[in-house]
Amino acid sequence: MSAFRTCPTTGLQVHRTADRLIKANAVVATVALLVGGIAAVLVLLTRWEAVLLLEADMFYRMLTVHGMNMLIFFIIFFEMAVLYFASAVLLNCRVPAPTTGWVAFVLMVVGTLMVEWTMWTGRADVLFTSYVPLRAHPLFYLGVILFAVGALTVVGHFFAIITVARKEKAYEGSLPLVTYGALTAAAIAAVTLLHGAIIYIPTFLWSLDLMHVDAQMYRLIWWGLGHSSQQINVAAMVSIWYLLGALTVGAVVLNEKVSRTAFVLYVLFISMASAHHLLVDPGMGPSWKVWNTSYFMYMAVLASMIHGFTVPAGTELGMRLRGATQGLFGWLKRAPWGDPGFSSLAFSIVVFGFVGGITGVTFGTEQINIIAHNTLRIPGHFHATVVSGTAMAFMGITYYVIPLIFRREIAFYPLARIQPYIFAIGMLIFSMAMTFAGTFGVPRRHWDIGFTQALFQPEFTPAVNLIIGVMAVGGLIAIAGGAIYIVVTVVSVFFGRKMAADDSGLGATGRGLPPGITNPPRALKPEDKEVLQPSGRLGPVPGTMVLVLIFLAAFILYYFVNWMLLSFLWEVG
Amino acid sequence: MYRTGIEPPERVWWKKVERHEKVWVWIAFAWCMVLFAMMPVWHLRGGQNPSGIRHRVDPADFQARVAEFVQEYQVGTDNGLPVVAPPPGSHVYLQASQFAWIPVVRLRQGAEYTLHLSSLDVNHGFALYPLNINFQVVPGYDYGLRIVPNEPGEFHVMCNEFCGIGHHLMVGKIIVEPADAAAEAVDAPAAGVSTAGGDR
Repeated sequence: MSAFRTCPTTGLQVHRTADRLIKANAVVATVALLVGGIAAVLVLLTRWEAVLLLEADMFYRMLTVHGMNMLIFFIIFFEMAVLYFASAVLLNCRVPAPTTGWVAFVLMVVGTLMVEWTMWTGRADVLFTSYVPLRAHPLFYLGVILFAVGALTVVGHFFAIITVARKEKAYEGSLPLVTYGALTAAAIAAVTLLHGAIIYIPTFLWSLDLMHVDAQMYRLIWWGLGHSSQQINVAAMVSIWYLLGALTVGAVVLNEKVSRTAFVLYVLFISMASAHHLLVDPGMGPSWKVWNTSYFMYMAVLASMIHGFTVPAGTELGMRLRGATQGLFGWLKRAPWGDPGFSSLAFSIVVFGFVGGITGVTFGTEQINIIAHNTLRIPGHFHATVVSGTAMAFMGITYYVIPLIFRREIAFYPLARIQPYIFAIGMLIFSMAMTFAGTFGVPRRHWDIGFTQALFQPEFTPAVNLIIGVMAVGGLIAIAGGAIYIVVTVVSVFFGRKMAADDSGLGATGRGLPPGITNPPRALKPEDKEVLQPSGRLGPVPGTMVLVLIFLAAFILYYFVNWMLLSFLWEVG
Repeated sequence: MYRTGIEPPERVWWKKVERHEKVWVWIAFAWCMVLFAMMPVWHLRGGQNPSGIRHRVDPADFQARVAEFVQEYQVGTDNGLPVVAPPPGSHVYLQASQFAWIPVVRLRQGAEYTLHLSSLDVNHGFALYPLNINFQVVPGYDYGLRIVPNEPGEFHVMCNEFCGIGHHLMVGKIIVEPADAAAEAVDAPAAGVSTAGGDR
């Protein structure tokens, strides 16, 4: 058997090792998603005071399991698959060190199993952040270290694949934008995982009573891992936005310079985000906080606002090239909303931007953090970014990865078509209700806000009960969406109908095939006034312009309302 | 002529930017500058800043300072916790440990205090309910925040940083007396208030 296969849909040469590594990482990611999802149900049904399912110790244990499986194992295993896809597959290139690839994979799996064992046996009830001096079993820390070393190896391998592709002239010109974005994600991952090593190695030694770790120093460096790893997610997610745009409607890249510069801004400034968690900490002064929390004067926020424009703008142009030229929003009306890849893309952008992005920048403001820190507003924010944004995008791309890499048709396709709607609507209700509950001061990571056994009983207004109830319903809807995703992907991968080689090339319309590739927008002619300016540049994009201005208005409103709420408080400083 | 994000572009991709895109980049940039300016401006003009007096402290020393503070100003007990009424302008010490806030503090509306927070064991979270004022309490660090309670009432201090299985039990109390009532209380010191000793 040849080491390569030719993809009948795209014509790309796919190295079989890349195929296998992508499959292995994607399968483990899905298992982690399942485990984290089960924990999510239990945590949700406990925080819903009307149910209060688990006892306190099991609640905190399941919260630890949920955090580690979702934020670390699911996301990072999936990102490893994305790295192999964006390099070896998109660049037509071989995987230069297959053995290293498998060793890294095994290291990550072993690390994961060690962490799972300590968590499930009650030896690591320290939550995702494992703040020193809360103490877990030494194997918990060692497991994280092994996992990080494995992931770091994959990142190195990714750089090697790109270098080899360039040397062997596997592609012409520059790296495709999607690969470029993945490259920035990998660069951020390298920095992030180094922070992980810097903090977890001393913490491992501390857990063996071999050294002392300062609680504040731990928070500073741990968040260099904890928040920056969310920035890997952002860079990976934005790359997938461009990828999904390309696959679903043949979205064009307006200007390579702008999009690539925005990616570089992520690399330069995004690891400063550790500060977002330390704004009301005693260890740092105001100038450090202001400078770092703003990522060097909000340059990483600027990057996200740019991608939030260029991705829909590229989609708008792609659709206009397909003839959807009517009015401002004709391109939206005629977009393929029944394609789960496209609807995932649209919801990912909207919820990430409107809910996740706006709340994140607002809560990450030094002073406003006083009314947000460790309340439910924080998980409300990051469920909108990392779940409705990143995980949603990852789910969307799966609907193409299964036909293109696993060579299987999507099973239960009608179910797959509505999955993004169920998941997005559920997560939207969930994260907005959670954020709203947090404005009343409801703490995050808390077993019983009824305080039934406490010395004093603060009583939340009855409105909070209602909001928490809404949150729970939204969460259950989202969990249903997640369950559909797992059922569809598992059945497709293991029992799905094999794709026939001949019905998936140019012009094919088989379900799950990327229409952006099999049925690309027509070629551009110089007389295309609609999408081409006299100078030869692509544009204009009036519909997108209106959408981003609506976004900006929402942003400004939310931001200043929070300053107003802050000003009502006691003077403090 | 045009390409998607998965096709390699030509070697040199540094090209001029289309008008709409350029306009949005500049609008976004301007907004980022507003976001950045707001924080220093609030330090100068606003009343709520997380700056405080910050320094390292040995947990044992902090515990001793809290004990001294309780002894000096204790006026009674509440649910077994000492109730302390420090005079306006004084330093107030609030100790976090698994799973209690010690002591209960009685303040006067409109007066200024310096509230010192620290932990004896693990990280805790100071969350003043129902005001929604939140600060991180880190062992080994003293966070001294100048506060001016602007309304009377009974406030609870929840812990909002996970600190162990009894995390949800950790609730303390801060009482703010109205400015005029407090003045009367000074005229008749300790009337009707239990003077039973605290826990220490």
